[in-house]
Amino acid sequence: MEMMSALLRRPAAASILSLVGVLAFYVIFGGVDLGKLLNAASWVNYAARIGIVAIPVGLLMVSGEIDISIGAMIPAGAMSAAIITGYYEFPMIFGILGAIGIGVMVGLINGILAVRTTVPTLIITLATLVAMQGVVLAGSKLLTGSASVPLTAPGWAKTIFGQLMFGGSHQVIIVWWVIFAVVFWFVLHQTRYGNWIFAMGGDKESARNAGIPVNRMTIVLFVLTATSASFVGMCHAILFNSAQVSGGMNDIFNIIVSVVVGGVLLTGGFGSVPGVFVGTLTFAIVIKGIDFTTIDRNWSNLIIGVMLLTAVAMNESFRKLALTAVLGKKENAGDSVVAVAKNN
Amino acid sequence: MSENTPVLEMRNVDKSFGPIDVLHEISLKVHEGEVLCLLGDNGAGKSTLIKTLSGVHQPTRGEMLMDSKLVNFQNPREAHDMGIATVHQFGGTYPLMSVGRNFFAGVEPTKGFGPFKIFDRKKANRIAVEQVQKFGITRITDGDRLVGGLSGGERQSLAIARAVYFGARVLILDEPTAALGVKQAAHVLRIVNEAKKRGLAVIFITHQVMHAMAVGDHFAVLIRGAIAADFRKGDKSREEIADLMAGGESMADLEASIEGYMETHGGHVPPPAH
Repeated sequence: MEMMSALLRRPAAASILSLVGVLAFYVIFGGVDLGKLLNAASWVNYAARIGIVAIPVGLLMVSGEIDISIGAMIPAGAMSAAIITGYYEFPMIFGILGAIGIGVMVGLINGILAVRTTVPTLIITLATLVAMQGVVLAGSKLLTGSASVPLTAPGWAKTIFGQLMFGGSHQVIIVWWVIFAVVFWFVLHQTRYGNWIFAMGGDKESARNAGIPVNRMTIVLFVLTATSASFVGMCHAILFNSAQVSGGMNDIFNIIVSVVVGGVLLTGGFGSVPGVFVGTLTFAIVIKGIDFTTIDRNWSNLIIGVMLLTAVAMNESFRKLALTAVLGKKENAGDSVVAVAKNN
Repeated sequence: MSENTPVLEMRNVDKSFGPIDVLHEISLKVHEGEVLCLLGDNGAGKSTLIKTLSGVHQPTRGEMLMDSKLVNFQNPREAHDMGIATVHQFGGTYPLMSVGRNFFAGVEPTKGFGPFKIFDRKKANRIAVEQVQKFGITRITDGDRLVGGLSGGERQSLAIARAVYFGARVLILDEPTAALGVKQAAHVLRIVNEAKKRGLAVIFITHQVMHAMAVGDHFAVLIRGAIAADFRKGDKSREEIADLMAGGESMADLEASIEGYMETHGGHVPPPAH
């Protein structure tokens, strides 16, 4: 029982329960063959695509801000790489640097506007979202005369960013996702920077008074979200040998739903990287896993809506549990005080 | 440091925001092991005064001294580094973070080296629980516990214990008891006394006369941004102070007399009554 409640108090609890719930639903009502689903690549590839962006967005949301310009940054990254290397035939490395560079630039703009003005970051990044959609479409038309640009990446770039693995259909981007998850988990949960991010989301003014470099941290987080999005776009352009201008509106909502299902509090101050990781997996299974069921795939959005509400409701109650449920273990706590006293 | 050198002193400090004067010729001092109570109703300029003391605002005119040396804080960080700690009404704590993480927010202990410096959770939790318990909060025994689950008084106490642990010499408490019940307020007052016993200079801002009387050595009543009365413990009765503050007859008289005085004395305020 004690272990149960300790588990439920983890920020990832709701997302794990959602994952189990969705799988159970698909098995019972959709007649899914679990083995076949778990071996399939489609949902893992999709999870990696949104997961790489969802993790930094999760950190940003823990710090109390939000970034929706990521929707435009995925095509922006793809188009930068394709235009520089595909159209102008510069070496691939310039295409890669261009994609990363545009992410850093837009991230800096978002971040600097966020710390210099009092405009809510939802509005700031809505503006940069729309602006970047315009820049990408108009820029592509102006430079190449087309909204779709082919790109032939050299072998090394394919291997690192775009290859299919195990001779099957799993993309190498999955490996990047895992690397992102491990690095960001370490930063958020094991280093002092993570503590700063939580404090910023808890109470920005107090965090500033405690000497935390709130502005610098905010700018860095915005650079990370925008750059991770342009990185995903670049990987896709390299894998699929072309890039198209697209709105990326779906990606925004899919990523934010994954983060919220993953237990991140919309108002900041609470959340975890494992939670976001599992939240993304769950989301991907709902969207792509439905093809393995007998359920018509058009129902998938309904399932996502229900799952979102359930997950948020669970998050709420687990958080209440986390706030109140510690008095139960007085006995152990007493021991630890004795231990503390002995240590001195 | 001699007994008579105040730790922190303000001399004729004015603060204006553009054309609006908020503080007028504020002079006050606080010594080691002394509690200075700043009393005043809402809008009297208490929060501007606190922000000036803690480095958020810079005085428009006048000087601030620490240990008789002129200081000029450009930001809260500088004031903090000189040992001025401010604890706000809600404790400046993060409800969804653990006791240990709260206690060390911004000054986390780390272990390891290079890029692999990790937050030393065990050490943080141990020190935080120890320090809070030293202030008599025995209910906090687990450093992993979320602060949001603590009572308001416990959160204040955590914030005060934190300030003391990090070497504060001047503790500015902004209405620490305002949102608390009787029992919890008593709790916080005990902790204020404890801080005083440890030789801290405490500036205690409140509008509850009872609470001020319980811990204060020295009182200053703030009305419309000026110090209207300045007296030591025992000089005035509870009723007199309450009258001064709470807008009774004497309050109205005082306001009228201050305004009258300012008109006839080129905008200067009268010397505080003793």
